[in-house]
Amino acid sequence: MRTAKGRKRFILLCVAPAVILFVIFMIIPTLNVFRISLFERGAYSPTETFVGFDNFNTLFKDEKFIVSMQNTILMIVMVTIFTFFFALMFAAILSREKIKGQNFFRIIFYIPNILSVVVIAGIFSAIYRPDNGMLNSVLSMLSGQQIQVLWKDQPMVIVSIIMAMVWQAIGYYMVMYMASMAAVPESIYESAGMDGAGRFRQFFQMTLPLIWTNIRTTLTFFIISTINMAFLFVRAMVAKGMSDVGLSFMYNQKDAGLFGYSMAAGVIIFLFSFLLSAAVNRVTRREVLEM
Amino acid sequence: MEQRTGSQKSEVILKVFIYVALITLAVLIIVPVAWVFLASVKENSEFYGNPWTMPLGFYWQNFVDAWNSAQMGSYMLNSAIVTALALAILLIVALPASYCLARFRFKGRGFVRTSFMAGLFINMNYIVVPIYLMLKDGDDFLKGVFGGGFLLNNMFVLAVVYAATALPFTIYLLSGYFATLPHDFEEAAYIDGAGYSRTMVSIIFPLAQPSIITVILFNFLAFWNEYIVSMTLLSSARGARTLPVGLLNLMQAQQGRAEFGTLYAGLVIVMLPTLILYIMVQRKLTQGMTLGGVKG
Repeated sequence: MRTAKGRKRFILLCVAPAVILFVIFMIIPTLNVFRISLFERGAYSPTETFVGFDNFNTLFKDEKFIVSMQNTILMIVMVTIFTFFFALMFAAILSREKIKGQNFFRIIFYIPNILSVVVIAGIFSAIYRPDNGMLNSVLSMLSGQQIQVLWKDQPMVIVSIIMAMVWQAIGYYMVMYMASMAAVPESIYESAGMDGAGRFRQFFQMTLPLIWTNIRTTLTFFIISTINMAFLFVRAMVAKGMSDVGLSFMYNQKDAGLFGYSMAAGVIIFLFSFLLSAAVNRVTRREVLEM
Repeated sequence: MEQRTGSQKSEVILKVFIYVALITLAVLIIVPVAWVFLASVKENSEFYGNPWTMPLGFYWQNFVDAWNSAQMGSYMLNSAIVTALALAILLIVALPASYCLARFRFKGRGFVRTSFMAGLFINMNYIVVPIYLMLKDGDDFLKGVFGGGFLLNNMFVLAVVYAATALPFTIYLLSGYFATLPHDFEEAAYIDGAGYSRTMVSIIFPLAQPSIITVILFNFLAFWNEYIVSMTLLSSARGARTLPVGLLNLMQAQQGRAEFGTLYAGLVIVMLPTLILYIMVQRKLTQGMTLGGVKG
């Protein structure tokens, strides 16, 4: 029956399994990222030697790591700009305009988001094939001459990855913006329409300020998810070592058996994403407009 | 009058621009996906000319090859097992925990809740290496004691890892829902003489069905599509693999052999289940996203 002791036992039985799994597979590994970064660990034996900040010192002099971080930053900037622009534009169109087939467009735009990154990599390898790939053949048709760009080779490879990432992300952010635009009451637009404010003024002076909280949150999403997605795309799409981003550099070190070095890179990337998110959050702080 | 026609004209231009933009993006998404579907029934010789020709016939042998020789069939079974197991573990563990965290006041509740919230910010890609090392050390230890380890290359362990890493989001979503229910439900059940667990299982869980479906949908897609953790934990050359990892290997092997038909058939096999599911539940999915995600 329902005694105080029974209540306690019930709560313990309910919460304990979740806490145990969470601690073993999330908390301990997270703490281990930081701990292992201070050690050197043999590839074949689990013996660890404490090396202090040696891994970090080597890392900051590693040309490959610096390049991969530059690539990460480039991707964060480009993917955010393009995805943000298109997602916001299509969200505004689909939620403010009277469009035939509105549902159809919403359904189609979200499709890339449900596909595995491996599938997207496969689709884009068909798009990017140098001879008779979809993109080169369209470019050849448009320009009237034979075009054979090597999309998955230097120097185009970063552009190719960015295009695939934007293709994948637009629908997701669009749905997110549509949801917050739906929360803006129709009456506000009606009175603005009567005052003679056009579409663009309505968008910049009302919609944008009213969904600002949501936009700020998605900016943090952009930073964190671009860092992660860039890794998934690079790993699945391009030849090894062709163009690395932060996390794929980390994973390559793990493959090479340099676990301490790999985790040092992990720590730096984590701190980088954390600080960048905090900075963006600070810069975008505005007086929130109440509806 | 003059002005009126001018604004009507710009209205028309704007409308045209809007439709052009919408249709362009739709084409950019539909065409590559449809192209892969068409390519999956083309014969290998059809891949050397113009990429925009229709398939000459339905060459189903691609699917037979992908299913059998490229082992996509057995990978699909593995993926189904891992995904189903992970979802089952996740629900069994997360439902009672979310219920208690949302409805009961007890010592340490705030701390546990805050910890799970913090867990939302831990990403799999960072912790996959420590998890791998932890399981590897566990295996080495077991080898010393029993002569064999079973933690790596084990689909059940992979499912547990999936479930564990999905806990923060799932608990966040479910306890958010449980918190909105009125307390009358429990009080009525208690008066009828039901205990805590009976009340939870037969009164509260059925009420939570919509959120449970959302949880299943999101995590199904996440588990089915995941490949980094799967690739790391199921790393033995001849061991079991999940579908995305199998496809990745097929893509890398294909670069040398140029068996395009099999490759695109493999792609279709991987994306078809998610596409069918999506078409069936798309409204639920895009609504659920705003439920669990951010609110404006």
